[in-house]
Amino acid sequence: MATKTLQPGRAAPAKTSGRDRAERRLAFRMTAPSLVIMALVAAVPIGYAIWLSLNQYSVRTAGLSRFVGLENYINALASQEWWAAFGQTFLFAGLSVSLELVLGTAMALLLNLAFKGRAVLRTVVLLPYAIITVVSAITWQTMFQPNMGLVTNVLSTLGLPGGDVVWLGEHGYAMAVIVMADVWKTTPFAALIILAGLQVISAETYEAAELDGASKWQTFVNITLPLLRPAIVLAAIFRTMDALRVFDLPFVLTRGANGTESMSMLAYTQLRENRLVGEGSALSILTFLTVMVVSVIYVRFAGGNIRDVAKEEQ
Amino acid sequence: MSTLIAERPTAELATRPKAPKRRLRGESKLHPLVWVFVVAVMAFSLIPFYWLVNTSLKKGASLSQGELFPSQPTLENYLVVFQNPEFLLALRNSVIIAVVTTTVALVFASFAAYALARLKMRRKAMILTLILSVTTFPAIAIAAPMFSIWRDIGLYDTLLGLIIPKLTFALPLAIYTLTSFFKEIPRELEESAYMDGATPFVAFRKVILPLAVPGLATTAILVFISVWNEFLLAVTLTTSPESRPVPVAIAFFSGTSEFDQPLGTISAASVIITVPLVILVLVCQKRIVSGMTAGAVKG
Repeated sequence: MATKTLQPGRAAPAKTSGRDRAERRLAFRMTAPSLVIMALVAAVPIGYAIWLSLNQYSVRTAGLSRFVGLENYINALASQEWWAAFGQTFLFAGLSVSLELVLGTAMALLLNLAFKGRAVLRTVVLLPYAIITVVSAITWQTMFQPNMGLVTNVLSTLGLPGGDVVWLGEHGYAMAVIVMADVWKTTPFAALIILAGLQVISAETYEAAELDGASKWQTFVNITLPLLRPAIVLAAIFRTMDALRVFDLPFVLTRGANGTESMSMLAYTQLRENRLVGEGSALSILTFLTVMVVSVIYVRFAGGNIRDVAKEEQ
Repeated sequence: MSTLIAERPTAELATRPKAPKRRLRGESKLHPLVWVFVVAVMAFSLIPFYWLVNTSLKKGASLSQGELFPSQPTLENYLVVFQNPEFLLALRNSVIIAVVTTTVALVFASFAAYALARLKMRRKAMILTLILSVTTFPAIAIAAPMFSIWRDIGLYDTLLGLIIPKLTFALPLAIYTLTSFFKEIPRELEESAYMDGATPFVAFRKVILPLAVPGLATTAILVFISVWNEFLLAVTLTTSPESRPVPVAIAFFSGTSEFDQPLGTISAASVIITVPLVILVLVCQKRIVSGMTAGAVKG
């Protein structure tokens, strides 16, 4: 118990009392196991992935490899596949997150209203969140399946375009189905974050606006939206980070065909299906870097709660 | 849209299950257009469920013609699923993986969250940021090297080999959620424990943990759902039915070609694994909402 080896005590300010020091030591001990697990199972593999990505591995002889430096990265960055996957991932993230934020805000506004049946609405809205992503994919496959699907049937009955389209088999259409499946499952999450933001706006703020003669639309644009900004930004960050690593939906729906291959899918395919360990690792590191860059940009420029939370801790 | 603002938010907070009975103000003043929105949102949420169930009850011509109501509903698809040993194995695997991961994550995370929520600590902001950033890691960056490491040391295609990496993603989620729950517990309770001579650890065990049971339950539900749902690690690190969890088993159900899947059976399997989760949401709705929004917005 009394060993001080864990604590680099010299760095502590001179006035630190004994109790403070004991508390810091306890805090360190209580956090250490989690940090060690995360370091071992996140940092170590990523470090190893970097090493793997600098080598080329024989497909035929197990264990045979040679150091190739950045060759895997150069090949990946020069390849059409990487940039296609990059573009498709961002297209997917842009489309699905925008829809989720707009729909999520609308849902949050509805859920914030006082009306009979609000509890029912909240339960119903939350249901798709319980669906595992793979099932969400299958659900929307049944909706869009030629002849069998509800959407395709309704479209052809109404004589609208799209009724006789093999949705998952065509560029653009396949992406639309994947976006739908994502929006359906994850809008509840965005809605709940935004609802929490909505509920901390005080009634007085609205009353003041009403007294000043602001129309409801003006109130929404000039008061509600700006005050909701932190919540919307937070929802956007969480949803974007999630959307950029999309994998399950294209895997189940198209196996990456027809313009739906994501960065994660491409890395997986090279690694598992084509057994190209070096190339696959380089692609997964590139995916990792892309997501990290986006998250840094978000936190830097969009601000939002994450920075405030961090500041508050200091 | 504009009518939405007319009805002021009631005092009830989704994050405060114990709030006093809410007053429903202006119940009668809802604009008809708002009801259109309500119905549209409900339809968007529920119709896909209906279609999944509908598809699972159909066979043959009834299935391929896309009947709006099954003319001859049949449970045959469900029988096929339950007679499939691989599906039953997958269920078992998923339960083991989710229960073990959730339990272990909760134990470690409650320690860490207490320290982060309550104790004086150096570089707390940095540690919190680090933990948060792990939640944004793309799983492929871990799955790819794990695939190589596990094959070398023999953990490839085992349940343990899946639990370990899943823990890495479960831990930050649990720590983040629990930290905000612990912060909500009034400090006075610990202070009085300190007065009685308790050490911080005793205060944690005897005061905080019992009070945090609702928070722990909420966190357990969220972690369980996220582990149950996880797919990329599962598909990369397993290959045989003995270790495949449910999402992978369903994705590989009867062939891998994308256009001629036996959709009836796959839908039945999907319904089977969705029912328990839907019940969970119905029963624990408030907990899930409070957990998802915990710490998101300072109330």
